[in-house]
Amino acid sequence: MSWNDVLTMLPELYLTGAICVLLLFDAFAGTRYRSAMHWLSMLALLVTALLVVSAQRAIPATAFSGMYVDDTLAQILKLFSILSVALVFVFSEPYLRMRKMAVGEFHTLTLFALLGIMLLVSAGNLVMIYLGLELLTLSSYALVALDRDSPRATEAAMKYFVLGALASGLLLYGMSMLYGATGTLSLPGIAATLPVTPHQSLAVFGLVFVIAGIAFKFGAAPFHMWLPDVYEGSPSAVTLFVASAPKLAAVGMALRLLDVGLHPLLPYWQDMLAVLAVASLVIGSLVAIVQSNLKRMLAYSTIGHMGFLFLGLSAGTSFGNAAAVFYAIAYVLMSTAAFGVILALARAGFEADRIDDLRGLNQRSPWFAGLMALAMFSLGGVPPLFGFWAKLLVLQSAIGAHMLWLAIVGAFAAIISLFYYLRVVKVMYFDKPAEDSALLVSSDASLRWVLSLNALALLALGVFQGPLLDWCLRGFGG
Amino acid sequence: MITLAHYIVLGAVLFCIAVAGIFINRKNVIVLLMAIELMLLAVNINFIAFSRFFGDVAGQVFVFFILTVAAAESAIGLAILTLLFRNRRTINVAEFDDLRG
Repeated sequence: MSWNDVLTMLPELYLTGAICVLLLFDAFAGTRYRSAMHWLSMLALLVTALLVVSAQRAIPATAFSGMYVDDTLAQILKLFSILSVALVFVFSEPYLRMRKMAVGEFHTLTLFALLGIMLLVSAGNLVMIYLGLELLTLSSYALVALDRDSPRATEAAMKYFVLGALASGLLLYGMSMLYGATGTLSLPGIAATLPVTPHQSLAVFGLVFVIAGIAFKFGAAPFHMWLPDVYEGSPSAVTLFVASAPKLAAVGMALRLLDVGLHPLLPYWQDMLAVLAVASLVIGSLVAIVQSNLKRMLAYSTIGHMGFLFLGLSAGTSFGNAAAVFYAIAYVLMSTAAFGVILALARAGFEADRIDDLRGLNQRSPWFAGLMALAMFSLGGVPPLFGFWAKLLVLQSAIGAHMLWLAIVGAFAAIISLFYYLRVVKVMYFDKPAEDSALLVSSDASLRWVLSLNALALLALGVFQGPLLDWCLRGFGG
Repeated sequence: MITLAHYIVLGAVLFCIAVAGIFINRKNVIVLLMAIELMLLAVNINFIAFSRFFGDVAGQVFVFFILTVAAAESAIGLAILTLLFRNRRTINVAEFDDLRG
């Protein structure tokens, strides 16, 4: 260990220290300083983001004998994870205050999950992948159960826990087979050994388990069972988190494992990812149509979006990888906007999580109805919004990798899924509000402003998508 | 003579028992937690066997990490189980059907 290693890992080390200080602050300051906890967490996020961007060194850099890798991909994913966690904090602050949920725990657990994400996307070794992933998922289990007295939240947490632990077990079993085939745990080492190892069939056997583990974490069909339950059962503030930053972590993990470590096995995992993509696209676009719960509908829409993301990954080209990262960023910003509107409408005793709850939102608050419509159109992939370009890029990369049939399935899924997004827009604009409905938008100023900016960013990034795409391409030497 | 293959088969058998335990069990959440633990231990056997075979310590170090994380994982699992029992007065898997996953 040298001083250089410490400097390379400075953002993560700083965040670890900051979380420990926040834990102590929360333990000793008591409930009177709730808002201080919020602002201190935001400050920690800001400093971490500055440390990520201000790194004055040549990238890619490695630290601790290749355990930790810092490159453009890691920086993109880290910055957007930090941004989405900041959005989560701003959007959920009024919700948590209203419901008197344990605010300190929410902040520290979310920050620990963020730390896991940052370690995961910088992993250069199977051990780091596992530890980062577990830090993220263990924090997520606890977050889902945050609303202690809700039977639904605890049930969702239990289901999430059992299936998540199963996924970790599958991933680990696959890792042990990869270790057995190559004799090393380092990802570049595995890539270098795979073409010459006599035990390639053992590695392919392990690959199957690794892919199953990755698909579980993404929530891709047929490993999606936990996702709708967790989205519906957990408090909306936690759903917002689960639906945002962990998707960036999942794409980071998939790229580290498949693109860095297992690239020699590309012909094998390409087909597996294509099958997962088709299953997710079909389930995501068809099952969402029959949902009446908005959070559950968005959960199935997530499954569909993960299918699109897999289209990009399964191409196996640097353009496809960049398209997948671009898609993950677009998805995260769209889902924070959509869940942000749900959180803005939620009040004590009213979750605003059924589609019918949005009836006549346009008459009550045209501005927020417009923002929700923007998020829905973007999720549905209507040009020129952000979501359209993301879909276009992954379809392009699938065609570029000679998987035309996959792109056709994707295009059909996009058209079918547009139906249920438009249904939400229809309910908001053309249905009359229920007699007794008290649809009110939260009066919290920072929530209103940041949510507006978030939704408008979907339009702005749709019109000016070039720089972000270039940045993603640079992450893969393009 | 016990060879590497014996250990790998033992690991595979334990892993299969664990996965079957998760999917077949419809009665008790605690059995689920035990199955999860068994799955991680099956993986540990694989890692240690390979590590000894290659003469490479890295696999054994990984096992230490897995053991530590498994402890944290069961702590969280049991905490959620306690909450679930407090809210529901049952730990029967078949009765957790509020959410239709």
